[in-house]
Amino acid sequence: MARTAEQAQADNGRRALGRALRQWLSDDAVLDQTEQLRPYECDGLSAYRRLPLVVALPDTVEQVQAVMRYCASQRIPVVARGAGTGLSGGALPLENGVLLSLAKFNRILDIDVLNRTARVQPGVRNLAISEAVSGSGFYYAPDPSSQIACSIGGNVAENAGGLHCLKYGLTVHNILKLQVVTVEGDLVTIGADSLDAPGYDLLALMTGSEGMLGIIVEITVRLLPKPVSAKLIMASFDDIEQAGNAVGNIIATGIIPGGLEMMDNLATRATEDFVHAGYDIDAAAILFCELDGTPEEVDDDIARVKKVLEQSGCTDMRIAKDEQERQLFWSGRKAAFPAAGRLSPDYYCIDGTIPRKKIGYVLTRIAEMGQEYGLRIANVFHAGDGNLHPLILYDGNQPGELERTEELGGKILELSVEVGGTITGEHGVGVEKINQMCVQFDKSELTQFHALKAAFDPNNLLNPGKAVPTLSRCAEFGAMHVHKGELKFPDLERF
Amino acid sequence: MQASRVQPALNSDNNIDKQLCLVVKQAAAESTPLRLQGGDTKAFYGRASEGQPLDLRGHNGVVSYEPSELVVTARAGTLLVDLESDLADQGQMLGFEPPHFGDGATLGGAIACGFSGPRRPYAGSARDFVLGARIINGHGELLRFGGQVMKNVAGYDISRLTVGAMGTLGVIVEVSVKVLPIPAREATVRFSMPAAQAIGQMNEWAGQPIPISATCYHDGTLDVRVSGSAKGVDAAIIKLDGELIDEGAAFWHGVKEHRHSFFADDQSQWRISVPQATPPLPLDGEWLIEWGGGQRWLKTDAPTDVIRKQVEAAGGHATLFRGGDRSGEVFHSLPSGLFNLHRNLKNAFDPQRIFNPGRLYRDL
Repeated sequence: MARTAEQAQADNGRRALGRALRQWLSDDAVLDQTEQLRPYECDGLSAYRRLPLVVALPDTVEQVQAVMRYCASQRIPVVARGAGTGLSGGALPLENGVLLSLAKFNRILDIDVLNRTARVQPGVRNLAISEAVSGSGFYYAPDPSSQIACSIGGNVAENAGGLHCLKYGLTVHNILKLQVVTVEGDLVTIGADSLDAPGYDLLALMTGSEGMLGIIVEITVRLLPKPVSAKLIMASFDDIEQAGNAVGNIIATGIIPGGLEMMDNLATRATEDFVHAGYDIDAAAILFCELDGTPEEVDDDIARVKKVLEQSGCTDMRIAKDEQERQLFWSGRKAAFPAAGRLSPDYYCIDGTIPRKKIGYVLTRIAEMGQEYGLRIANVFHAGDGNLHPLILYDGNQPGELERTEELGGKILELSVEVGGTITGEHGVGVEKINQMCVQFDKSELTQFHALKAAFDPNNLLNPGKAVPTLSRCAEFGAMHVHKGELKFPDLERF
Repeated sequence: MQASRVQPALNSDNNIDKQLCLVVKQAAAESTPLRLQGGDTKAFYGRASEGQPLDLRGHNGVVSYEPSELVVTARAGTLLVDLESDLADQGQMLGFEPPHFGDGATLGGAIACGFSGPRRPYAGSARDFVLGARIINGHGELLRFGGQVMKNVAGYDISRLTVGAMGTLGVIVEVSVKVLPIPAREATVRFSMPAAQAIGQMNEWAGQPIPISATCYHDGTLDVRVSGSAKGVDAAIIKLDGELIDEGAAFWHGVKEHRHSFFADDQSQWRISVPQATPPLPLDGEWLIEWGGGQRWLKTDAPTDVIRKQVEAAGGHATLFRGGDRSGEVFHSLPSGLFNLHRNLKNAFDPQRIFNPGRLYRDL
């Protein structure tokens, strides 16, 4: 087959860059053959694929610094990648850039039991931290559904959440210190081993910055003592709005549950087929409420929550009788994504957050939109913090179905903004939601984001094109900034 | 469900916002430094900074409050005492328990200083509770970042960046914070022991599932507050096995507001932030230790460089909190690479350097 001039040029570029990086990296730590690059062409958002110019797999901080210095001097963009489980395309490579994999940074460096911290490399898996400290009675709290595979570095880059955020916080609440390599290859310490650090809160700024401000090469996380007691109530509702109201009613009693999750009927049926947890498949929605703490606190709280659920109109209620049953009840919720995969050849996961009081309204609107687009939607969500994950079921082999799905997903995110929420609760903007950023933020806000990025990365080499859209992109998308259902500003410039 | 209390006069495009933006625009055009102030109760804090006062007290009121959403949004000039009273009416509180240091203390001031009280190591700091903010940048533009929901990763976390920035990045106009239910019960137990033992003990307890919500050690006495459900607190009291004291609420108020006898004299006070389990530091003077060892107050005659060196060696930082030379660097100096990022950030928000110039660091 005849190779195009373009391909030949790309191959030459690959080889030249590969040679340059081998000054600091071993032969097998630089991938520059097309077939070697394939596994890196996408992250967890597989609808977007692109081959990087070269993949670099450093295993020391000095090597990361050397790669960054070289790329900065040559103005070569760099995309950092952890485990590649991200759902917004944050680690989607650039054709003209280096994909910097931190997979070899997989060591837990230090566990300080008395200070309740662990110093870890970015490629360490989220769950591996909890496993390593479990024997001492501790765990690392943020637990995204992908925790078995996702890396802590990626968690910091995306400010990952999970099932227990309402009580225990997001990644930003559970880390103390970062070692970061800047775009110029300098190593800086952000945060501290103490509870606070002098100067601006760059730790908060780095968290969730999607690889746009620096390369994270070490993380100090906080560890929490494992609760001695945890009990799970599972309640059925024959009306989804009532289930939504029950969430608010529980919070109003002054209890912050360790976990508060909801699934609609389609999601419940799918997961029941998958894990056989004994879910009520006739319920319009089921609510999971976990209470944890000392046995005394949990007993107090269980009694109060039971009463609230009854008053909120639940049709059935079950309390997991032992630890095994508690795990079984949770297993379905945690397996909701793969279960959805059995309902349909493909599914697309959405990640908006809304004020809890809008749950009923938003779910009704989502169902209507699904009908308009002729697509089924299963809903699982972190009800306690209003973080929705509608799963749009589609078939990628049907022409046009992916495009319809993406359009519907975009509409759902715009609806989230309209009711006072946000386009992403925990998955990040990446490439996926970049157009919806034009809906959530106005021109001067986006300009401020770009100025902030330039403070760290003046030549726009770190993960360029992600997370924050250019003003011209927004003009092309034609989005109008909508805020909390306010009418569109008549004087707003179209940009 | 309780209805939200919205003051429609204070919506987003009201005149006060526009006036503030105009004031900032003009100051930027003329390069006139502004001294941002709420109740001016924290004038003692940070470096001495000159500027035309920009009084934000008129910019007050709760914009929205929905107890079942655990979120309150208020104007920066809202008095902390008013805000806390509104929350208490609904059985809720600011989880970071901010010190007021005066009746006129405002929400914006507490956020700009990044102050948190005794509950901080157990519930989180001011920045942990911030969900969103409206700020005016150095171009006089009103910008909104974050929001009113618990989880939000759209765009850089600029609202948390303003916490503790001492007003050097912009005028905080409005803040949304997560709130917490007031615990059903709180109790305080007291122990006698030397400092090293107290530090070890506080950290050992913090590694166990005991609902501790505050700790304070001074002059041989360790006080520990526990909070939670009635049964949970009863069980914790038995487990901790100290002397139950009656005046707990007044005691913790005194620690929070610096009315404890330690703070009574005019000697300058250092705030030392170190990893919590750090043993007592070899610096002579009087100490009061809070936050499970993470926040330590020191009155000493030791020279600044000796203090900073000792604290840095322990992995912490030292702030000249009150008194002393306010024209020097009162905050711990930063390594040059990190300081460059600070300077670039200041420039990205406030290129004319009009907001509280020099209040945080001389060159910011």
